[in-house]
Amino acid sequence: MTAPLVVFFVLAGLAVIGAVSLILQKHPIHSALSLIVVMVALAGLYLLLGAEFVAAVQIIVYGGAIMVLFVFVIMLLNAGIEEHTSISKMAAAPGLLLVVALAGFVAATIARSSDSIQATSQTGEMSSTLGISNMIFKEFVYPFELTSFLILVAVLGATVLAQREKS
Amino acid sequence: MVPTNYYVILSAILFGLGVFAFIFKRNVITIFMSIELMLNAVNLAFVAFSQALGKLDGQVFVLFVIVVAAAEAAVGLGIIILIARNRQTLNVERVDLLKL
Repeated sequence: MTAPLVVFFVLAGLAVIGAVSLILQKHPIHSALSLIVVMVALAGLYLLLGAEFVAAVQIIVYGGAIMVLFVFVIMLLNAGIEEHTSISKMAAAPGLLLVVALAGFVAATIARSSDSIQATSQTGEMSSTLGISNMIFKEFVYPFELTSFLILVAVLGATVLAQREKS
Repeated sequence: MVPTNYYVILSAILFGLGVFAFIFKRNVITIFMSIELMLNAVNLAFVAFSQALGKLDGQVFVLFVIVVAAAEAAVGLGIIILIARNRQTLNVERVDLLKL
C-alpha cells in the first residue's frame, strides 16, 4: 500500500463516517457538524487529486460560508431534536431500497467502464490554479459573469424572503 | 496513485447516503444539508474525472457548482425561516397545507 492510497482511505473513511453520522444524529446542529467533517475530508481528497484551488474554495465557501449560514439558521430558529412518526419510520425501508438500487447501478456502470477510466488515468500533472484561471477568464468568461448576476438575484431573493412583514 | 475508480465509488457512496438522508430525515434544515452532501459527492466525481482525463474543465464546473450551491443555500435558508415563522415548526410532516 503506497502513501497516497493510505491517505485516500483515511479521508474516504472520514467522509463516509461523517455522512453516516449526519443521518444518525438527532439534533440538527450535530448533523451540521458532521457535514463539516465530510467537507473537510473532501477538501483533503481534492488536494490528493492535485486540485489545490478547488480544495481551498471548498474549505472557504463550503466549510466556512455555507455551513456558518446553516449553523446560524439552526440557532436563530432554535431547532430542536427531530421527531419521527410511524410513517416516517416506514419511509426508511423504501429509502434504503432506493439507495441500494442506486449504488448497484453506479457500481455496475463503473465495473463496465473501469478499463477506459484506468487507461487514461494520471496523465496531466499541470499547475491547476493557473490553468483554472486561464479557463475561467478566457473560455468560461461569459458563464462566469452570469454567476455574479445569479448571486445578486439570490441575495435579493433571500433578503425579500427573510424580511419581516410590515403590519 | 489512487485509481479513479475509488474516487467514483466513494462519490457514489456519498451520493447514496445523501439520497437516504433526504428521504429519511424529517427536519427541513437537515434535508437541506443532505442536498449539500449530494452536491459535494458530484463535485468529487467531477474533480476525479478532471484529473483522470488531464483536463481542467471538471474543476471549473466544480467552481460553478459551488457558486450555485451558495446561492441555493441563501435562498433556501430564507424559505426555511419563512416556513418556521408561518407554521411554527421545522418538521416537514407538519407542513401539509396542500395535503387533502
